[in-house]
Amino acid sequence: MTDLSYTPQEEEFRGRLREWLAKVLPTLPAKPAPDDWPGRRAYDLGWQRMLYDAGYADVRWDASPTVRLIFLEETEKAGAPYVGANFVGLLHAGPTIAAEGTDEQRARWLPPILRGEEVWCQGFSEPGAGSDLAALRTRAWRDGDDYVVTGSKIWTSHAEVADWCELLVRTDPDAPRHRGITWLAMPMDADGVTVRPLRTLAGSAEFAEVFLDEVRVPAAGRVGAENDGWRVTMVTLSFERGTAFVGEVVACRRVLGELAAAAQRSGRWDDPVLRRRLGRLEAEFRALWRLTQWNVSAAEASGGVPGAGGSVFKLRYSHARQQLYDAAADVLGPDALDLDRPWVLDRLSSLSYTIAAGTSQIQRNIVAERILGLPKGR
Amino acid sequence: MSVRFQLTDDQRALKAGVRELLERRFGREAVRRAVDTPGRLDRELWRALGDAGFFALRLPERAGGVGLGLAEAVLVFEEAGRALLPGPLVATHLAAGTVPGAAGGETVVTAVDGELVEWLDEADTVLGDAQAALPLRSLDPLTPLHRVPDARGVAAADPVAVLLTAAEQLGTAVRVGELAVQHARTREQFGQPIGAFQAVKHLCADLLARTEIARVAVYAAAVTADPADIAAARLLADEAAVRGARDCLQVHGGMGFTWEADVHLHLKRAWVRARRGGGGTESEELLAARLAA
Repeated sequence: MTDLSYTPQEEEFRGRLREWLAKVLPTLPAKPAPDDWPGRRAYDLGWQRMLYDAGYADVRWDASPTVRLIFLEETEKAGAPYVGANFVGLLHAGPTIAAEGTDEQRARWLPPILRGEEVWCQGFSEPGAGSDLAALRTRAWRDGDDYVVTGSKIWTSHAEVADWCELLVRTDPDAPRHRGITWLAMPMDADGVTVRPLRTLAGSAEFAEVFLDEVRVPAAGRVGAENDGWRVTMVTLSFERGTAFVGEVVACRRVLGELAAAAQRSGRWDDPVLRRRLGRLEAEFRALWRLTQWNVSAAEASGGVPGAGGSVFKLRYSHARQQLYDAAADVLGPDALDLDRPWVLDRLSSLSYTIAAGTSQIQRNIVAERILGLPKGR
Repeated sequence: MSVRFQLTDDQRALKAGVRELLERRFGREAVRRAVDTPGRLDRELWRALGDAGFFALRLPERAGGVGLGLAEAVLVFEEAGRALLPGPLVATHLAAGTVPGAAGGETVVTAVDGELVEWLDEADTVLGDAQAALPLRSLDPLTPLHRVPDARGVAAADPVAVLLTAAEQLGTAVRVGELAVQHARTREQFGQPIGAFQAVKHLCADLLARTEIARVAVYAAAVTADPADIAAARLLADEAAVRGARDCLQVHGGMGFTWEADVHLHLKRAWVRARRGGGGTESEELLAARLAA
């Protein structure tokens, strides 16, 4: 455990980044409204372009896990924009293409992601394939140089403004279900693609459904071999479980401090029950930050592969985030029912955390079977 | 290089060495013998711990110590907790260097902690005022307890004592996790190991998650020695040990309710330790104060 300090080079990176953030953040345009999709696309791509010009665009890919950690910590602390519409490109599709694509595919798709020119969305989940992703049924047939795709996808973020979709399709319905899946890059402007916004319980359209009716996708957009898409996808998913939540843990710790300040102003701080509850949350988020560092160190030692610690982290973090905003509601009192108050929408959004990217129940199965070696049930 | 928040090879070796020593000197038979002779501390074992450097671990080498730090001490105390090792380990460890004989395991040192004192009758040296202490019938068969009535002016808990206790709690969480998984793999009902049922799996998975987050909290606090990090470590370690032991008991079913199964020994010890250093309330308030600052 020896060392929780950073090397001089890492501290130098942190200092340079901090300086740059302090200089450029005040020059950013106003943040667009949540339902202004073209505005959000332009804003998020613009931020990515600024990162690119300053030499930070590929920190999430090339840098060591520790440097990535510093990058995420500092950008969050400075209040820099989130990855936003660049999420799938930078954290799912891009890394997949980098790991499994051909030279041509890397040259075609990676530079526009890094330069903030193209937006990707993710076509994985289906109405009948959520936690059980391998049950997906969207079909694709080979026809000459194209695949012809029919089916539907759900929970597709940024579909309205995406240029490309990383799509999982079933190419062999007779094979065992993990072995008949193929990964395709689908242009979102192709004929037969229909996007329908999906309104969440928070009231906004964060996601969309995507309907595919005999869409022709060039076979040149297939990453990995036909029917090898499950393995190709797992590369992507393990990438997500590495450092994806670093910025959020930093943000949660900031919110916790703001809650304490608000409670002091309102006099609720005198309530020992509330005070101790916030104290306990502080313990939890301190430990989650240490778990992040621990996992990053483990990843560094193993050559960048995120380990099983990711499932433990996700289980605890998703629950802690919900507890944080429940505590916020206690601090707010009656204002907790006012959507215009801070933290109220965050409380609603937090409800997705124990569901998205594998429900807590699935995470527990993963922990029990893969880490503890308990037998699979019948 | 970079942040190396992982155990070093030396630390792994130290941990394995202590585990091996404790399995040899205080294995399951010795545990049950100690349970059958309550209130008696095995002085030979105590000296063996002293010889192994258990108490002198953090003393400098020129003072006859091992010259290691808090990071190593938490690993050793984690193993002690895992092994159910009895005795005023934390008090004697902290007294090494000030109370003669403590470092070598010749002297047993205990300390008044709030309104309780552990192992008073077996101790050679008592830190704090235990004159009015009265024995109570201890819940934990491996920890004799005295109650100090109307304890006044209790000094604030030593953060290092709190951290080493948290490390012991971590060891308990580790052990009850092993016991729960072992039982879930082998015990069959309805024609399959009960560990194949998701309801049982999820108990075990949550137990592991609580243990692993407590582990990083304890290890990090050992590196920073920040009282807030120590408070966080104690809260998470108490939770991991107490809830872990209860869930382990639940996984064991009826067997878990028997005297013969070891689960209750772990749960009772975890309950005793959770009372030390002002209890969790003090740690929650410390962290809240840090938030408000």
